Amino acid sequence: MGIGLTHYLVLSAILFGLGLFAIITRKNAVLVLIGVELVLNSANINFVAFSKFNKLNIDGHIAALFVIMLAAIEVAVALAIVLNIYQNYKHINVDEVDTLKE
Amino acid sequence: MQSNLGFPILTLITFLPIVGMLLVLLVPVFKSKEGRELSHTIMRWITVVFTFFQVILAVLLYINFDKTLPGVNDISSFQFVEKITWINANFPIVGQIKIEYFLGVDGISLPMVLLTALVCFIAVFPSFVIHKGVKGYFAMYLLLDTGMMGVFVALDFFLFYVFWEVMLLPMYFLIGIWGGPRKEYAAIKFFIYTLVGSVFMLLVIIGLYFSVGSFNMLEMMNPENYKPDSIFAGMHTTIRYIAFMALFICFAIKVPTVPFHTWLPDAHVEAPTPISVILAGILLKMGTYGIIRIAFPIFPDAAGYFQTLIAWVGMISIIYGALCALGQHKVGQKDFKKLIAYSSVSHMGFVVLGIAAMRPEGVTGAIFQMFNHGTITSMLFMIVGVIYDRTHTRGLDEFGGLATKMPVYTGIMMVAFFAAIGLPGLSSFISEVLVFLGAFNTYPYLAIASGLGIILGAAYMLWALQRVFFGKLPERWNKPWDPTGKEFPGDDLIAREYVAFVPLALIIIFLGIYPNPMLQLMNASVNHFVEILKPYVFIGSFLSGM
Amino acid sequence: MQPESLLLVSVLTLLLPFLSFVVNIFFGKKLGKASSIVATSILGLVLLGSFVIFYFKLFAHFDSKVIVNYFLYEFSNEILQLKFTWIDLGSLQIKVGIAIDNLSATMLVVVAMVSFLVHLFSIEYMAGDPRFSRYFAYLGLFTFSMNGIVLANNFLFMYVFWELVGISSYLLIGFWFEKKSAADAGKKAFIVNRVGDLGFFVGIMILYFSFGTVLFDDIFGSIAQGKLPFNSEAILTLAGILIFCGAIGKSAQFPLHVWLPDAMEGPTPVSALIHAATMVAAGVYLTARVYAMFTADALTFIAVIGAITAFISATIAITQYDFKRVLAYSTVSQLGYMIMALGVGAFTMGVFHLVTHAWFKAALFLCSGSVIHAMHHSAHHLGDHHTDPQDIRNMGGLRRTMPWTYRTFLLVTLAISGVPLTSGFLSKDGILAGTLAYAQLTGGWRWFIPIIAFASAGLTAFYMFRLLIVSFHGEPRTKVAEHTKENNWIILLPLFVFSILSLWFFYSPNPLDAQSGWFPKIIVQPKTVVPTETQWDFLITHSFLGESHSSIGKEAHKYLNHFEEVMHHLHYPAMILSLVIAGSGILFAFLFFQFKILNPETFKKQFPFLYSLSFRKWYFDEVYNAIVAGGTVLFARISALFDLYIVDGIVNAWAWVTRNFGHFIGHFDNFVIDGLVNLIANVTGFFGSVLRHIQTGRVQTYVAFAVFGLILLIYFLI
Repeated sequence: MGIGLTHYLVLSAILFGLGLFAIITRKNAVLVLIGVELVLNSANINFVAFSKFNKLNIDGHIAALFVIMLAAIEVAVALAIVLNIYQNYKHINVDEVDTLKE
Repeated sequence: MQSNLGFPILTLITFLPIVGMLLVLLVPVFKSKEGRELSHTIMRWITVVFTFFQVILAVLLYINFDKTLPGVNDISSFQFVEKITWINANFPIVGQIKIEYFLGVDGISLPMVLLTALVCFIAVFPSFVIHKGVKGYFAMYLLLDTGMMGVFVALDFFLFYVFWEVMLLPMYFLIGIWGGPRKEYAAIKFFIYTLVGSVFMLLVIIGLYFSVGSFNMLEMMNPENYKPDSIFAGMHTTIRYIAFMALFICFAIKVPTVPFHTWLPDAHVEAPTPISVILAGILLKMGTYGIIRIAFPIFPDAAGYFQTLIAWVGMISIIYGALCALGQHKVGQKDFKKLIAYSSVSHMGFVVLGIAAMRPEGVTGAIFQMFNHGTITSMLFMIVGVIYDRTHTRGLDEFGGLATKMPVYTGIMMVAFFAAIGLPGLSSFISEVLVFLGAFNTYPYLAIASGLGIILGAAYMLWALQRVFFGKLPERWNKPWDPTGKEFPGDDLIAREYVAFVPLALIIIFLGIYPNPMLQLMNASVNHFVEILKPYVFIGSFLSGM
Repeated sequence: MQPESLLLVSVLTLLLPFLSFVVNIFFGKKLGKASSIVATSILGLVLLGSFVIFYFKLFAHFDSKVIVNYFLYEFSNEILQLKFTWIDLGSLQIKVGIAIDNLSATMLVVVAMVSFLVHLFSIEYMAGDPRFSRYFAYLGLFTFSMNGIVLANNFLFMYVFWELVGISSYLLIGFWFEKKSAADAGKKAFIVNRVGDLGFFVGIMILYFSFGTVLFDDIFGSIAQGKLPFNSEAILTLAGILIFCGAIGKSAQFPLHVWLPDAMEGPTPVSALIHAATMVAAGVYLTARVYAMFTADALTFIAVIGAITAFISATIAITQYDFKRVLAYSTVSQLGYMIMALGVGAFTMGVFHLVTHAWFKAALFLCSGSVIHAMHHSAHHLGDHHTDPQDIRNMGGLRRTMPWTYRTFLLVTLAISGVPLTSGFLSKDGILAGTLAYAQLTGGWRWFIPIIAFASAGLTAFYMFRLLIVSFHGEPRTKVAEHTKENNWIILLPLFVFSILSLWFFYSPNPLDAQSGWFPKIIVQPKTVVPTETQWDFLITHSFLGESHSSIGKEAHKYLNHFEEVMHHLHYPAMILSLVIAGSGILFAFLFFQFKILNPETFKKQFPFLYSLSFRKWYFDEVYNAIVAGGTVLFARISALFDLYIVDGIVNAWAWVTRNFGHFIGHFDNFVIDGLVNLIANVTGFFGSVLRHIQTGRVQTYVAFAVFGLILLIYFLI
């Protein structure tokens, strides 16, 4: 049995689900960030898979690279925010950072 | 726009008080070193000066007035006329609206102008006792003056209405702020009553405007100016009768005649003395003036139709007012002012009766009675004011024997009281006799019935005289009025009160002995007025036959 | 003397008393006691002027001519007139003026004389009063107005001065206004007079309406030409009666006589001047002045009123105890006589009685003033403040302490009782003869007039002598009366003058017949102007005047009309009858009060009703107070309450309704209209408040919702 598009997509979906789960349930901001990274990478797998099995060709790779770059930037910005949150709240528990409500 | 004198004297006499008002408003508040309110003194004297100027202008008018010109509905014989277009604009639907600034006097309005100038000047002096909100008081006072003067000189109906309303507002505040314990009630009552009348008048004004195409009163008096098929076109139509009645009620409220009179006692009781003086001395005259100037000449047919009803209203006012005045000796607070207020209802009834007679004697008597009532009632209210200022009460029961304490005051009072009774030698006798002679021509029985009012008048006046001035002085008034001697040195009148009383007393006596200077003023106009009405007298009368 | 100058004198005579008024009102305080001197000397001038007018009017003969100047003069032998326009109405002018004829010239002298002597009397009587100068001022005003009435040649002036007389009388009656009774009496006098004046004024209105003028001669001229008010003889009669209503008020005739006795609250000299001699005579004067326009019916009315008044007041006077009140009722009674005389047609005698009565009634009142003054001083001296100095029961024996007052009082009492050799006899006898003649000519029920007239004559003699005997004769009944002293000459002089004027020889050489005197020659009944058929035929002046129409043609009498002729024939019977009746009246007075043979107390007990009727003045005051005054006040009270609660109540109720309607609208607006708007807001708010719980502010929740939403979206899309 050869490895087809479906396998890639299933892996990507599992990865997305794990990432989403981490985003919603983790209280630690860093873990939430890791969840975001998982979601992004699941998207990267999809891009690459589609580029291999469909006519997306090189475009899928480019998009994947773009996402990796974006993720790097995102992490930089997000860690800066997390550090700021830590400075203000002395913790990085996202549950208690609910000033948006006001 | 050119008056006979080369300067617009009527504008000047009307708006001079406004200038005074602005000056009063500009006076800063400051006190002298001893703590006296110097600014108040300045405001008072500004008012004195400006009202005195008005008197001088009125005298100028009197001197330059040509007694042979009739006026009434004839523009060419009005005098000191000023006429310019005030508002001229095109409106959608309504069309062009043209309102003129149109002033002029004739023999009917000149006596009223003289009266207004005189009474406004005299009433400043009792105003000296006002110590609360002096600036506002005198500003309102002068504004009121302008409104009243304007009513008597305006010949454009819209302008008339404007002045009519301008007068209303200061009066409301003068009663409502400077009045007695129930001032709000009285002020609102006065205001609403007059406003109801004004609404009636406004409706008629609009109707007339659509019929004539102008707000000019004199054009409204000429039947030829009415557009065919307009609502007031033709003669003896129901709508004209209704319009006349609306106008009549508007003016009757102001006079006031029974049954629209109940605002008057309350307003008088609550108003401060000078405002009572103006109210009775001038404001009431605006009602009868409106009847003569507007209601009768514009709707002569309706005037003839309702002539008898109006005569009845006059008669009932005379008797009923006198009875109520007599009843004040027994009923209620026994307030001296209320008694005089009801006597005003009675005396103004003579005016209405005289007008309804539509005879030269009657109408002359009516206008003369308006003037005389103005001077006499002003005196009466100031007389009450004199004791009120000193004792802060007006109860008829609370006095007695003032004649021994204040002989000069009693002498002045006797002139006014006897004038109110209609004693010969005092001006009101002439006017009442003329009213009777005129009324007897048209309504003999009503004239005789009204005669009862004279007997009742003697009864309530002499009763009041006896209760307040005769008998023994009550213990509590034995001491001097003012122990400090600052405001009321001595027991009798003070200089400021002399200035107010003496001119009025002299005028009352002079016109009682020699009435012609005043009568000749109005002869031409009155005769013309009667001529205009003559074709309509007794044509299909309402309540005819009395 | 030129007629113009005579008119000038009359104008001065009219205005001088007014000058006295002005001077005393404004400078009285400064003048102090001198004010009386000023006033009295001014009145002296007035008296002089009136004598001048009297003399020249009666004895000088003026050419008839008319001069038109600024004023309009008219002269004739009968009448001098001055006319001017008083009220100018452009199209019509109301002309007024003054006139001098024999009647007014005579009356002027009466007024000036009484007024002058009363001024003189008052100098002493009023001395020490705190308002001394004010008193003289009022006297001046009164004299001015009275002269005005006398000189007026038109109804309007007549009315003007009529009212001024009323007001000066008001001021003088209420002069001691600290006393409530005095102030009340003044008020009563004025208001009662006003009632009569209303009638007078309505009469004037009828005449002005019909003739467009108020001048006597114009009106009478028009009537004489057959122009009648409303073209009706009945209205002419009515106009006459209405004019006479003025006289009913001022001359205190039934039913308006009630004010006069109360008017005695004023100072006594005032009573003499106003309420005895002059003002009350004004009504008689008015009736005489307009006599020409009375129809037979009007005259009958006048006669009946006069007769009733004369009788009622004579019966009241019998039982009164107040010295001045007895005199007051006697005045009313005598005025009734005069009015009755005019009514029956005895014009000359009526006016004659007016003149003679003026003298002796003034004397009576001044005597009473003298007595009261003495009693007052005596009481003051003794420190007695309880004894009423006016009550005759407190007097007695004054004859000895006040001999001169007694003598003058006796003389004038004889005069008023109608004893021969007095003026009162002459005039009263003439009137009685007139009533007899009237009854004989008309017959029927009119006989009651002479019967009443004679009865009243007897009563007059009775009550006057009762007054004389009770107060002057016998022993003093109180200490006060015992210690009275005669007054000084200033008080006595006027008494002497008046009492001497009450003797016969001033008027007629024959003490038994007034017709032989000068008076009937100057005061002649005016020629009637009313249509012949409305006048008594016996009162119509003979056209052939001068020719004797009677059988006794040899005598010099020239009768004016049939009435005079009959009256002349009845003169002696009337005289004898009146002497008998007056004599018996005097006799009874002596029997009752001097010799005490008859006891008045027994009569009181036997006729309690008649006694109380007389003592309580026929209950006029009670009835008037209850019905007229009470009714008016009640009506006024009802009106005032009606106004306060009904008329004003309607206004306030209307205001209440409007206000509550406003409240209702306000609430409607609040709850219904605004409610709808709020409902929407509230619903929105409710949802908001529910949904806000979703907004936790936690990013993770939002993400969860986003995912949830995404899932839903995908589910529905696929």
